[in-house]
Amino acid sequence: MLTFVALASLLLLGIVPEQTEAISIYTGWERHALLGSDVRLSCSFFSWRGTSDDVTFSWTYRPDGSRDSISIFHYTSGQAYVDNKGPFRDRVEFVGNPGKRDGSILIKNLDYNDNGTFTCDAKNPPDIVGRPSSVRLLVFETVPIQAGVITGAIIGVVLGLLVLIVVIYYLMRFLVARRVFSLSVSKHGKKKREGTQARQASSLLSSRKPSPLPPPPLPPLLIRSITPSQTTTHATARVLSHAGAK
Amino acid sequence: MLLILLGVLVMHLIILILLIVSTAASTWSVGGDGTTDLWYTCRNSNGGYHCKPAISEDWLQAVQALMILSLLFCFFSLIAFLFQLFKLVKGGRFFFTAIFQILASVFVMCAAIIYTVMSPDDGSVKFGYAYVLAWVSFPLTLISGLIYIVLRKKE
Repeated sequence: MLTFVALASLLLLGIVPEQTEAISIYTGWERHALLGSDVRLSCSFFSWRGTSDDVTFSWTYRPDGSRDSISIFHYTSGQAYVDNKGPFRDRVEFVGNPGKRDGSILIKNLDYNDNGTFTCDAKNPPDIVGRPSSVRLLVFETVPIQAGVITGAIIGVVLGLLVLIVVIYYLMRFLVARRVFSLSVSKHGKKKREGTQARQASSLLSSRKPSPLPPPPLPPLLIRSITPSQTTTHATARVLSHAGAK
Repeated sequence: MLLILLGVLVMHLIILILLIVSTAASTWSVGGDGTTDLWYTCRNSNGGYHCKPAISEDWLQAVQALMILSLLFCFFSLIAFLFQLFKLVKGGRFFFTAIFQILASVFVMCAAIIYTVMSPDDGSVKFGYAYVLAWVSFPLTLISGLIYIVLRKKE
């Protein structure tokens, strides 16, 4: 057991110092930009050593479909050198902060020819072993709608409306049960055996004074749910016909 | 009566399966070497079968949304049918079931129409089986919804 722990610790001590020497460089994966706009390509690194004064950043560009890269930016000894001959002449600006390990550049006035892969390589002496990181630039005339935004919006709105309608339905039912609304309307046909009971109820209603306000017209859905059984239904049609006849 | 209920239930289940297959299978259009829409464009190029996400245009997303909604509403209608089967009063109508089923048929119709009108007009591209299933399930859901309107609970 003790020998195992000793061997493991020796192994860790042997592996870990090698890993601390490598530098890790981070850029984005893809950048989408509009035609004619400016885009900021960010590049930062992580190093176990403190940031030295000899830190260097270099950016290279490889157009889509080509195999050659050209260098467009280099920062060394505290001085930034931008492209002055290539396709990015007068369009590259250094907006990074080497003291904060940031080597970002700004590319202005984009064109369709700027579609391609930008690679950032940073070196922090003596920490120079690392893998450069690449970011792909895509230039659009109009920014395309993300896949699924409209889909989600339509589904969300319809389901939301459905939930709203169900909530309103149950709210109305609750309010009617609490007698906030009074009901005496039903439009569906009833069975023959309830005819006599309905006629009795309607005769009772017609003897009273008719209310000044007519009952609010409610959808048949509500009436169907209000009537607990078919035997206690009111018939406004018969009431009105009775009142009209009298 | 039991036979009618069973028949209606079986029809509903068949419609649900048709909608699921039509929504999930990515073969609304078949071209010379591949299939496309609703979700993926798969091509049988040299070396293998490569799939990438279908074009994310507005109309295609609307078709996706409408197909999913019709599937959801058909499912809700099935749940409502089973619920109302046991809770409805005698002589009552399957109102919620009918409403949801008819809404599902309207959504499938809209999705199929939008896809028909907006799909790119290429000579070699024909419509696939998922598209046919969408059109088939439209009248089936409509008929099923109408049956539920007419159906009354007896016993």
